[in-house]
Amino acid sequence: MPRPFTPKVVTANALLEGDVVYLTRFGDWTRNHADADLLEDQATADLRLLEAQALAHEVVGPYLADARRGPKGPEPIHFREAFRTRGPSNYAHGKQATLQADGKQEAQ
Amino acid sequence: MYAYSRFDRDFLAERNTQFRAQVERRIGGSLTEDEFKPLRLMNGLYLQLHAYMLRVAIPYGTLNSAQMRQLAMIADRWDKGYGHFTTRQNIQYNWPALRDVPDMLDALAEVGMHAIQTSGNTIRNVTADHFAGAAQEEVADPRPVAELIRQWSTDHPEFQFLPRKFKVAVTGSAQDRAVTAAHDIGLRLVKRHGEIGATVLVGGGLGRTPMIGKVLAEFVALPDLLPYLEAVVAVYNLLGRRDNKYKARIKITVHETGIDEIRRLVEAEFGPRKAAFQGADMELLDRIIADFHAPDFVGGAGDFDALHAADPIFRSFVDTNAAAHKHPDYTILTVSLKAHGATPGDATSDQMRLLADLAETYGHDELRISHEQNVILPHLPKRHLRAVFDALGAAGLATANVGLASDIIACPGMDYCALATARSIPVAQEIALRFDALKLEHEVGPLKIKISGCINACGHHHVGHIGILGLDRAGVENYQITLGGDGGPDAVIGDRAGPGFAYDEVVDAIERLVRAYLAIRDSADETFLDTYRRVGAAPFKAALYPEAEVDRSASREDRADAA
Repeated sequence: MPRPFTPKVVTANALLEGDVVYLTRFGDWTRNHADADLLEDQATADLRLLEAQALAHEVVGPYLADARRGPKGPEPIHFREAFRTRGPSNYAHGKQATLQADGKQEAQ
Repeated sequence: MYAYSRFDRDFLAERNTQFRAQVERRIGGSLTEDEFKPLRLMNGLYLQLHAYMLRVAIPYGTLNSAQMRQLAMIADRWDKGYGHFTTRQNIQYNWPALRDVPDMLDALAEVGMHAIQTSGNTIRNVTADHFAGAAQEEVADPRPVAELIRQWSTDHPEFQFLPRKFKVAVTGSAQDRAVTAAHDIGLRLVKRHGEIGATVLVGGGLGRTPMIGKVLAEFVALPDLLPYLEAVVAVYNLLGRRDNKYKARIKITVHETGIDEIRRLVEAEFGPRKAAFQGADMELLDRIIADFHAPDFVGGAGDFDALHAADPIFRSFVDTNAAAHKHPDYTILTVSLKAHGATPGDATSDQMRLLADLAETYGHDELRISHEQNVILPHLPKRHLRAVFDALGAAGLATANVGLASDIIACPGMDYCALATARSIPVAQEIALRFDALKLEHEVGPLKIKISGCINACGHHHVGHIGILGLDRAGVENYQITLGGDGGPDAVIGDRAGPGFAYDEVVDAIERLVRAYLAIRDSADETFLDTYRRVGAAPFKAALYPEAEVDRSASREDRADAA
């Protein structure tokens, strides 16, 4: 029996700033994981990844990351992806500063 | 110190102009990322977890006050007001924007610095003993040789596409503070019949397959050294495996080919190489040696002895952080970048400027970065130590912990690094805070704890007395512990202790190890490493895994009952 599909988001780093971005359902990029498009089947995920790879003038290295549905939007599953949503743990130098200010940071 | 020639300046200006155009072409869309990536890596620019990272070379860890001030300026203007000093004596900026990097490189060039070959499959920044030119027991200053290698290897047309990265370290002291045995090539300067030469080690390295370097040549005289090194790298360039990234380092080449066969091949290659050099390297070395003349030391220790006797806090700082200098009225002062709870190796721009000021005012304008991620004032008159201590204290830089449990090497780990499998920095922070709270580390004495956030071992965990390796075990951070490693002249790879620990268990595990050591050491003079070598791993494993010990006792009792 095939393994059930784990939903995905498309993520990458922005070309100019290098920070973490996620593909939205509108085809643009957000810094907030909760605003990412949650892709719930393999075919859609593959298609959206191809779409992201065509945006090479905007981002670097797009890939599919496991995610799950949460109350405010998609949430990361793996700890690496959770760190990418907020920045390093030793300083509030990553996007956690902005997200906290916006009240958008997910509880971790 | 070496001063850039006009050739060096022109070369760097041209290279930076090229890179500026490459960045513009990437942003403009005429270069793909696949095309741009090798170009940016050749110029030290990585893309990490949260941002770009620019790795700047500090050749053999030596810099002057103007260079340090420029590093501070760059941190303020284009980064977030700090820099991270690394285990290869480099500095990394964690937050540059792509468009700003050409300006950062131009700013570096203004003070004779660059980021060339801090990445890629090339000969990387040459490292050296951070006490070079100052240590009491030194045979020769390793920096002229390191500078010669830097010039030879920079943009060397034959060695721009090696099978894998290639790291060289040089020491001029038998104490080997440069961890030469863990490098692709390690050079140990020695004197034989009055002549300076080098013992050449090859095939050392940490990472996925840790190996201690093997002696390729007991003595290579200085006039033969560069052609000999070129022969070694040329042999590796042909033999090194390009089919498997994990088997591409020279340590694997040496392991698979055998040191005797490598030596035969190198010696066959050496003759023609030597002839081609025609002595130009030695003329250059003579000029470089002249640049590294010792400062004009001024005698007199002032009231140092009285101050040292009078103030226990100052005394503790000096006794812990200062080392013997070749001039009796001087000291080598290591400034710890490991304040308890701070990120190992990080310095703010204000701290960098203070260190620059202190070097300029008191320390013959010299600074060093150690592979242990600290900053050194290598030529500090004892009469100025108190003033320096006071200034450092006001800037949070007077932590007296050099060589102790909280003087931890830690790679950036998963807080920054795209390759990492777990975090290193918070583990280091919490271990340091624990030992500070326990007030134990001075009682424990010399102890090297080293943490890597992945198998690539940038945190040198294999050669830590206690090594910690962060891994991803089924989606959870897990930390393996190794014991008994040593990066000194008789380098040893540590032994894996057993199953790993969860993130919230590892600090307790380290405390148990250290308490076990205190309980079983012969005397306060027996270090952690000496005790480990005397008693072996068993008592330390028992401390790490008390549940296993309980299980074993229970099973012994069961067997006794059954009998």
